[in-house]
Amino acid sequence: MKVLAAMSGGVDSAVAAARAVAAGHDVTGVHLALSKSPQSHRSGARGCCTVEDARDARRAADVLGIPFYVWDLAERFDADVVDDFVAEYAAGRTPNPCLRCNERIKFAAVLDKALALGFDAVCTGHYARLIDAPTGRELHRAVDPGKDQSYVLGVLTVQQLAHAMFPLGDTAKAQVRVEAAARGLQVADKPDSHDICFIADGDTAGFLRNRLLSEHAGSGDGAGDGMSGEIVDVEGNRVGAHEGVFGFTVGQRKGLRIGTPAPDGRPRYVLDVSPVTRTVTVGSAADLDVRAMTGVRPRWCAEPPAGRVECLVQLRAHGDPLPAVVRLVDADTLDVELLSAARGVAPGQAVVVYDGTRVVGSATIDRTRR
Amino acid sequence: MLAPAAPDSRGPDFRGPVYLDHAATTPMVPEAIEAMTRQLAVAGNPSSLHAAGRAARRVVEESREAVAQALGARPSEVVFTSGGTEADNLAIKGVFWSRRAADPRRTRILVSAVEHHAVFDCVEWLAAHDGASPVWLDVDEVGRVRPETVRAAIDEDPASVALVSVMWANNEVGTVQPVAEIAKIAHEYGIPVHCDAVQAVGQLPVDFAASGLDALSLTGHKFGGPVGVGALLVTRDLAVTPVLHGGGQEREIRSGTLDTPAIAGFAAALRLAVDRQPLLAEQLTQLRDDLISRVRAAVPDAVLNGDPASDLDARLPGNAHFSFPGCEGDALLMLLDARGVECSTGSACTAGVARPSHVVLAMGADDDLARATLRFSLGHTSSESDVDALLGVLPGAVERARKAGLVSASSKR
Repeated sequence: MKVLAAMSGGVDSAVAAARAVAAGHDVTGVHLALSKSPQSHRSGARGCCTVEDARDARRAADVLGIPFYVWDLAERFDADVVDDFVAEYAAGRTPNPCLRCNERIKFAAVLDKALALGFDAVCTGHYARLIDAPTGRELHRAVDPGKDQSYVLGVLTVQQLAHAMFPLGDTAKAQVRVEAAARGLQVADKPDSHDICFIADGDTAGFLRNRLLSEHAGSGDGAGDGMSGEIVDVEGNRVGAHEGVFGFTVGQRKGLRIGTPAPDGRPRYVLDVSPVTRTVTVGSAADLDVRAMTGVRPRWCAEPPAGRVECLVQLRAHGDPLPAVVRLVDADTLDVELLSAARGVAPGQAVVVYDGTRVVGSATIDRTRR
Repeated sequence: MLAPAAPDSRGPDFRGPVYLDHAATTPMVPEAIEAMTRQLAVAGNPSSLHAAGRAARRVVEESREAVAQALGARPSEVVFTSGGTEADNLAIKGVFWSRRAADPRRTRILVSAVEHHAVFDCVEWLAAHDGASPVWLDVDEVGRVRPETVRAAIDEDPASVALVSVMWANNEVGTVQPVAEIAKIAHEYGIPVHCDAVQAVGQLPVDFAASGLDALSLTGHKFGGPVGVGALLVTRDLAVTPVLHGGGQEREIRSGTLDTPAIAGFAAALRLAVDRQPLLAEQLTQLRDDLISRVRAAVPDAVLNGDPASDLDARLPGNAHFSFPGCEGDALLMLLDARGVECSTGSACTAGVARPSHVVLAMGADDDLARATLRFSLGHTSSESDVDALLGVLPGAVERARKAGLVSASSKR
């Protein structure tokens, strides 16, 4: 097969490309330039968007003896991932940009271009397994539970998976590093990337504040910055103030900066974020319990659930699989009932539905119920 | 011919490299390799006073004389550098600093809008950090600076012009500039003129004295010499403030131990290149014209950028530069590379990311056409079989890149 290997500059995608070469495929490496203003050096371990990361990817491709190019997707990434990320936070939700990037960039813009240019598949370093069963291709969790990334691939459709290649799903991360070293790849001990690639310093709230302030600046809104508001308890009593609802996530405990302690002296958590009234509601851990939720924009890579179906659901990256019953209310609405309560379920995150280790599909969490 | 390419996975279509990127770098000629390797085995710093130093000094000075003779300059006008970029930096910054030091009003730098980044970015840097006021000289639709444009720009305030810099021939579209005429105009006002002749030497007749220029940059690896060595020709009466400070080896305006082996290879290659230039230019013109007409026949809507005339005072003989409407240049480049044809989009990359060519934009093309470019550049190892191989794969690649271009365009918001 003619395979396009997306190479971030990290160890995983380098070994994935190496395995595709070793399997006898005709492999071409591509680094996706996603940042409009790439920094020349990484700060800390983060990122796949710096000039240095592009160089690491090129070096790996040279070691593998494969052609290597850089594709500029900065505009698409900004429009489809970053703008969406900012808009979701501004609307009081908690988006997952990696999932959005897989859905709209890696397995859409990149895959479409690759297919048009004559490639058969896009190969990435994601930890997930593709199993070609008699009934069709199935997406499964990786064997390394600590690295499993099937959650962020839960948005992919059957058509997208048909042209995907995840060579690392059956391998533990430690083994991947050993293999990288054995293959002479310089990135063998490069630190893992964490957090959000386009927020290099890890300061999500600061990033959102800058983006939203610059949008506000253009609106001519004279009433202050138009973003600050109140923090209230479940009874509606004011317990603090904030500089913007963005950056607050349901289930968050740190960084609330509330002066008065709770009556029972226990820690308080964000329960709800309302951008319209610019109100953040806090309460006890018990108030965070969620027993059911509604998901929207479902996407399926297996047969969609017919009627009430028992399954497992995962509600955030690296979250535990939870027993649940799901039901398609209509083509665009998925109802999820958890068998036992979960804490800190944030609207905007995906609910990914599993049948054992197999991904069935996903939906975006719209509302939660206690 | 070229050394075989590194092993790669370019499938069954792969026919072996067809090198159509001589403007990026061209293979060294055997005589230059021989001259260079002979010196690599010899110790001796040309600045040393003992016998070994004297021997090295002799090689350097004979090389200097050969360079001067080949280019119509005097030996004392040859300043060896590490290449074209250093020569451009030294000329632009060094002349700007000296001219402004002599008269603080001189802050304007007149420079064509189609310069190589080695000139372009020097000017931008001086503007951002050192009070320079760049004046970007417009070009016409073939990429040529009209002499009257230069005169008009000077006339706005002659006393404030520090220098003029216009390249001999453009590296992307191959357009030859009327540098002698521009020098003549600037000299009416006593303004010095620098010229980046990196692409011209070896392809066009270049005579420093006859051109009337005050400074001229060249680099070895574009005409069969080694990478990492070049020269700035600079007249004795032009003051140039150093960029690199140190031992002052080159007329006190350029420091650094002279690279005797590289300079020997550079001079050997230059001598041959200048001797062979008339014949090479004739052969390349014919081959290039053939390439252009065959590309046009195979891809009728291909747009030839640059001057359509094939005379040596119009266009570099080895240059053919096209826009392929509906294609992305980097997609085409990848498809051709996969089939063993090596060329360039022509424009510089930023971290490997293709940007629309500032040269093609300056010539009035829109953004899409400026991203749809490919440059085929021929040189001393090129032959008809290279053009045959290109035409064997180009139509299929264009068709495929067009489909991919449609996908990219339709998924844009």
